[in-house]
Amino acid sequence: MATTTTTTAVAAPRTPLLRRLGRPAQVAAVLVAWVVVWFPTHGTATLSLAPADLTPLHRWLNHVNDTVGANRNTSPIFLYFFNEIRAVIDGLVTFIQALISQEWFGRPVPLLGWLGVVAVVTYVSWVFGNWRVALLAAGGFVFFGLQGLWQESMDTFALTIAAVLISLLFGIPLGIWAGLSDRFNRLVTPVLDFMQTMPTFVYLAPLTLLFLIGPASAVIATLIYAMPPAIRLTAHGIRSVPPAAIEATDSLGATGWQRLTRVLLPLSRRTIVLGINQTIMAALSMVTIAALIDAPGLGQTVVQALQTLDVGTAFNAGLAIVVMAIVLDRVTTAASDRVRVAAPARRLRRLLVAGGGIAAVVCCYFSYTYVWAAEFPDGLDVGSALRRGADSVTTWAQNDLSGATAAFKNLVTSVLLNPLQALLVESPWWLVGAVAVGLAVLLGGVRAAVTTAICLGLIIGTGLWQDSMTTLAMTIVATVMVMVLGVVFGVWMGRNRHADRIIRPILDAGQTMPAFVYLVPFLALFAASRFTAIVAAVVFAAPVAIKIISDGVRGISATTVEAATAAGSSTWQMITKVQLPMSRQSLTLAANQGLIYVLSMVVVGGLVGAGALGYDVVAGFSQGSLYGKGLAAGVAIVLLGIMLDRIARAAQQSNKSKGH
Amino acid sequence: MTVIRTRRLAVAATATITALALTACGGAKVGATSSGGGSSAQAANCGTFNLAVNPWVGYEADAAVVAYVAEKNLGCKVTKKNLKEQISWQGFGTGEVDAVLENWGHPELVKQYIDEQKTAVDAGQTGNKGIIGWYVPPWMATQYPDITDWKNLNKYASMFKTSESGDKGQLLDGDPSYVTNDAALVKNLKLDFKVVEGGSETALIQSFRQAEAKKTPLLAYFYEPQWFLNEVKLVKVNLPPYTTGCDADPAKVACDYPPYDLNKVVSKKFADANGPAYKLVKAFNWTNEDQNSVARSIAVDKLTDDQAAKKWVDANPDKVKAWLAQG
Repeated sequence: MATTTTTTAVAAPRTPLLRRLGRPAQVAAVLVAWVVVWFPTHGTATLSLAPADLTPLHRWLNHVNDTVGANRNTSPIFLYFFNEIRAVIDGLVTFIQALISQEWFGRPVPLLGWLGVVAVVTYVSWVFGNWRVALLAAGGFVFFGLQGLWQESMDTFALTIAAVLISLLFGIPLGIWAGLSDRFNRLVTPVLDFMQTMPTFVYLAPLTLLFLIGPASAVIATLIYAMPPAIRLTAHGIRSVPPAAIEATDSLGATGWQRLTRVLLPLSRRTIVLGINQTIMAALSMVTIAALIDAPGLGQTVVQALQTLDVGTAFNAGLAIVVMAIVLDRVTTAASDRVRVAAPARRLRRLLVAGGGIAAVVCCYFSYTYVWAAEFPDGLDVGSALRRGADSVTTWAQNDLSGATAAFKNLVTSVLLNPLQALLVESPWWLVGAVAVGLAVLLGGVRAAVTTAICLGLIIGTGLWQDSMTTLAMTIVATVMVMVLGVVFGVWMGRNRHADRIIRPILDAGQTMPAFVYLVPFLALFAASRFTAIVAAVVFAAPVAIKIISDGVRGISATTVEAATAAGSSTWQMITKVQLPMSRQSLTLAANQGLIYVLSMVVVGGLVGAGALGYDVVAGFSQGSLYGKGLAAGVAIVLLGIMLDRIARAAQQSNKSKGH
Repeated sequence: MTVIRTRRLAVAATATITALALTACGGAKVGATSSGGGSSAQAANCGTFNLAVNPWVGYEADAAVVAYVAEKNLGCKVTKKNLKEQISWQGFGTGEVDAVLENWGHPELVKQYIDEQKTAVDAGQTGNKGIIGWYVPPWMATQYPDITDWKNLNKYASMFKTSESGDKGQLLDGDPSYVTNDAALVKNLKLDFKVVEGGSETALIQSFRQAEAKKTPLLAYFYEPQWFLNEVKLVKVNLPPYTTGCDADPAKVACDYPPYDLNKVVSKKFADANGPAYKLVKAFNWTNEDQNSVARSIAVDKLTDDQAAKKWVDANPDKVKAWLAQG
């Protein structure tokens, strides 16, 4: 009987009555049917698995891992392949470190002291960007020294440079290929999805088995996560070159190489630089995780401080990561916006570039020769004030806010999270499956439905269905909160330049501040709970959604806004009738990106009481006997991500076609 | 106009450079005062000592003292590597880790690396006694004195309800690296509790800190030695006492955790070479009070590892002498 109801729901689009009701009504009908069927069937066929239990698949994965470990030192693949890769990357990192952070061969200090590094960074920022970002860069780098974190920052900078260089070395050619070939693009997209959503904790231990403990493993862990944006955006840039431009060159008889270097690459330069920018940001977000396999730098400071719950020290180091991210972001953005200077000004510029270059070289010489320019002086200390400040804010929040926040947590948990989780977790698997496929058909069409069915089938295969449903419930609640914040702040920032200028650095901080720095106070405010995990995910994911929506609102043409104003719309009408509907595409994109970012915080959630898939991954990283289960949980997270992403994308496209 | 501006800029640039050059002249030169890295005569025969540092403060205290003595007394070049247990043991095989100083049981790692791969060997006990169990904040033990007996837990279960445990009491678990039978214990002792996975040591400590400050109820998995016990003196709940073999079948466990004699593990290669650093690791042995005092210097007084180690070594020359005498 129960099955009949669902089948009707799934088949809904075909019945004329429901079609006339429109899509929202159809979706509502499916959801109502779900609840109706849930009552008699809940608690059956939920495919639960206790935290300590394993399936044969998990055991088999353990076995594979152990076998690789046992054969590492004898297998030729290791001796001649992985060891060689490792040696090259280790060499590169060690060289950059000797240049700016560690002892240069035979010298007690690096080749370039702080003055040299600041001078070079400033000079490069000015040449490729403008004087404003050059000042920012100089200020930012001097700030690391004032924080008392010069060497740690340079270690992090060195690893980031190495990871970004290698990412671009492979990412840009692959991106060009994906831009030119549809087949390769289709092939590479799921691989990139996998690289971006597979939790790092899952491959951290195997990486140290393949590439040993040291810089090589840290760089490879970083670039697995950081390379995809470079590939995606390069491909996107090449694909967005107007066909007319290509036809024009083709008609002149250009060769393939000429077409690429003279037309495609110059015209997609802005997008490619944006890809480089995103790669740098992604690399910096890996700093603390890489510290778990002994990567040197700021991540170490954060991880060590948190063993003693020293929020002040962790915040100080986290702030250095944020500042580095903001500097690198602004410089690369300025570089992509730069326009060529007119001819008369160019002579002057050439002179200035030469003069600046000489000044930078002189600074480098000083920093090579004199101690005062090599080692950052201790006298000026901002770090301890920052530490104390962060500590007192934390203490205040823990003491005076925790009552109100606990009440808020209990409200959201009992009103929103628990019912949703009950619906997802207690439903029989076939009911959730039928509802998901039904929604996919309604929102995205048959193709999305097929993808959904395949993903759900594979999730069942991982043996972690129930944990996946628990995680899905948290993901949905977090994404809803992200979208609420995204619309409120996105519209505000889109309408008000001042608001934008003040809020944007805070958003950057939310995206790059290592999660564990703010998790300690959050644990005091919301206890170890699913809600803490949700809040952490929102802090990380809301900035992306806000930025996308504010861009969308600002992108609406001025004439449209003027026309609406002339027609006498109030502010409220303007927002609800003009600005939000017209930035609908941005809203969909924001939801999609927000969701992917929320999923990437599932593992962090596992560290603060979320349980489910996040905990499985953490446990797999900590205990050899749970390794296989952790890997399976990682795959389940990827599958959830791909499924939700494909439905959202298909929905966006079918929306667009409906609009025509 | 452009020309004038260029000239002015050029003048400014030259002035700046000159000024910098002038200030620079007085400075000390790199390398002029270098002490030569402090290489002592013994350095040659000790060589490099790769010491894993697992992520908890008690371990950090062990590592601080061993590294300090190895560097100062034996002239070793100590490379500390901050790693989780799993990855440290993995490092024995690849030759990147020489020693793990505080091992909490880990039968699965012992089986894999000592028994099967034979890349690691036991290097004796550290003298520290590890205790695992269920703890309540001190205010609860004062207000409800009988709560420390497991038989009374059900009486108080409703107090421990949270948003995560539904209609049962919450038993908070922590870092999945540690041994836990809690789910089985709750079931077999018929307790009205639900295990909630906190997922990290941070979550446990912060929960206890808040519970004591706000006088809110909390029952959670914890362990000694741990620096946090110096800050808040948690009280252990007595489960049915441990007897040998009562935890043989993980599904049927109904007794307390066994006391752990924490031990040291080293790589086979390191042991076979039998150098001064290995002898030091093998001889290293101290009490929970010793570890706690160094851990407190690191966690509470915010000393660096080296400062904390120096403070303890200076106060306990006899113990250090005894370790070195065995070498």
